[in-house]
Amino acid sequence: MNKKFAWTRKDLLGLEYLSAEEIEFILYTAGSFKEVTTRQIKKVPALRGKTVVNLFYEPSTRTRASFELAAKRLSADVLNIAAESSSVKKGETLIDTGKNIEALKVDLIVVRHNCSGAPNILARAVSSSVVNAGDGWHEHPTQALLDMFTLKEKLGRIEGLNVSIIGDIAHSRVARSNIWGLTKLGAKVTVCAPGMLIPEGIEKMGVKATTDLEEALEGADAINVLRMQFERDVAVAFPSKFEYLKNYGITTERLAKCKKEIVVMHPGPINRGIEMSSEVADGKNSVILEQVTNGIAVRMAVLYLVSMANDNRKTNTKASLGA
Amino acid sequence: MKYLVKNGRVIDPANKIDAKVDILISEGKIEKIDKDLEENCDKIIDAEGKIIAPGLVDMHTHLREPGREDKETIRSGAHSAVRGGFTTVTCMPNTDPPIDNLQVISLVKDIIRKDALCNVAIVGAITIGREGKKIVDISAMKKAGIVAISDDGSSVEDKALMSAALKSAAVNGILVIDHCEETRLSASGVINKGFMSTKMGLRGISADSEYEMVKRDIELAATARAAIHIAHVSCKESVDIIRKAKRSGVKVTAETAPHYFSLTDECCVTYDTNTKMNPPLRSKEDVDALKKGLSDGTIDAIATDHAPHTDSEKDVEFDYAPFGIIGLETALSLSIMELVDKKILSWSELIEKMSTNPAKILGLGAQGLKKGAVADIVIIDPNKEYVYKKEGIESKSQNSPFIGWTLKGGATHVFVGGRLVMDDGVIKA
Repeated sequence: MNKKFAWTRKDLLGLEYLSAEEIEFILYTAGSFKEVTTRQIKKVPALRGKTVVNLFYEPSTRTRASFELAAKRLSADVLNIAAESSSVKKGETLIDTGKNIEALKVDLIVVRHNCSGAPNILARAVSSSVVNAGDGWHEHPTQALLDMFTLKEKLGRIEGLNVSIIGDIAHSRVARSNIWGLTKLGAKVTVCAPGMLIPEGIEKMGVKATTDLEEALEGADAINVLRMQFERDVAVAFPSKFEYLKNYGITTERLAKCKKEIVVMHPGPINRGIEMSSEVADGKNSVILEQVTNGIAVRMAVLYLVSMANDNRKTNTKASLGA
Repeated sequence: MKYLVKNGRVIDPANKIDAKVDILISEGKIEKIDKDLEENCDKIIDAEGKIIAPGLVDMHTHLREPGREDKETIRSGAHSAVRGGFTTVTCMPNTDPPIDNLQVISLVKDIIRKDALCNVAIVGAITIGREGKKIVDISAMKKAGIVAISDDGSSVEDKALMSAALKSAAVNGILVIDHCEETRLSASGVINKGFMSTKMGLRGISADSEYEMVKRDIELAATARAAIHIAHVSCKESVDIIRKAKRSGVKVTAETAPHYFSLTDECCVTYDTNTKMNPPLRSKEDVDALKKGLSDGTIDAIATDHAPHTDSEKDVEFDYAPFGIIGLETALSLSIMELVDKKILSWSELIEKMSTNPAKILGLGAQGLKKGAVADIVIIDPNKEYVYKKEGIESKSQNSPFIGWTLKGGATHVFVGGRLVMDDGVIKA
């Protein structure tokens, strides 16, 4: 890792837009922050005087809490706004909301939105930094970064690993961000789901797609098991939870046939007994809770980097304007 | 007023002209069309290096009035049309209230008479309220002057009702303009279904949602012996189906819009809502098939599907933005750039697709450029380059993905009924 690398982006909208070097640099920076989170006094002054707004158009407990803790450990002030699920219904548009938040002199907006691309639209409209905390089915970059951080911690590298993502690929932003991130860092990625849940053209993102779970598990160094949202989009494509567990659920029997050191990840919250049995979720291969811990360090790194880049950008603009 | 247009290349496929001749316009009509005319007149227009053609005809225009005058009015839409070289546009019936009865037709006619700088032909709805439940009084509406019927914006999902509508249209000798979309297949999608929808995490609109309906309605029209016109063809399968139907003798015609042969779904990548339209921008393969369809005659017409929406409606999340873009002021340039310059169509064929054929399909009785004909004429500078900017747009709305593009070729002068409504780029209201 080139430690002198200069991060220049004011926003983090998705891993699709990042280079391998940029992703490595976030993971490297997260490493230093992880050390902070294990101290007695878990706070550094990196973002002192900065304000972070968590703008959430979709309910979320863990991601919001993780971002809130990350911001607080960087000494930023944090404001949480739970917006209506539809800005249209509320009467104020996303862009107006963003501009109003900016008028409060907020430095960073962490946005979660049910519409894909909403953070992209917001980032174009405001000069504050925008961090995507999950948009529609599009991207959830900090989740993928924490997954990769955990993987690297466990297996020492990403390059050359066989990673299988199992579950509802079609409706998963976690899957998309993981695919971009992992493939950029040189992992071999397989996605596995019932046919209806594998979206058209996914192979063009650089992955192998299969409907056969055995194929996805064979030789895998790690699996990332997605939450099956039967209450939402999956129902039409795959009506029976029981059938899903039977064909695609990760059980101890299935895990026994895998590599002994296989790393089992899940972005949470888990549906125990649907995509994964309790034994697997709590078993020795599971790193699910470590993922949660690492999420804070990764989000600290992201908030810190985009904030610094935005400060530099503003200074440079002023300088070039002669101000 | 008497005008003499000199030194231009006159192209009119209807009268089989492609020659350097002059045109004398007087009393609203073409008085003379011949070589080297010398006349006493009010104004001489030197059209050296330019193309003179019958005024363009847009078969597919949303003028929004009555009901959504914040997006467009008949007045602003007609101005926009003139800017783009059109002398006739059609107003689609998805207004509020919809054009589904004689009162609304009479209201719209009054506004057209009062406000429109160009000719506006009226398209009536197929079903009352465009609800797909009950057929309008086609015969009365035809007598009142509509040129076609369409529930554009939606298909008539009920197959039996569509069959009845086509039969009635056949009896009444009126054209059916068909928006083809099986909504159970398009399934609340917002962009083309494929790699881009997958990558961007947006709901996809599959090609079969279009072509399954094209197939159904062409079959129904064949049985009913009705004239059917397929609106805004966007995918290659539809082109194939229409080609086959034409060969077997069905009275089917078709149009596509400039954005469908100028752009692909890759343009959606930034979530710019001005790339959101229905049907959606498709793949490169589809673009190629549309171009082939245009060149072999499967697609008869280029229409704009001009669909104005305000900035505040479009400046929202991609999922929430309304479908559609404006097109009247860019159609000619895009067609020149994508079709003539790339040798897909000759100039004469382009005029055919943008004027002669749409006029013929709509039964407007246009005579083109010949002695005695109504002087609906456009003068085109094929080489002028310009940056398409928000500021100069005549339409009330600016929802176009082409803003900021350098475009080539466009109308400089427009005569409507012998009246010079655009003079060297300046519209005379």
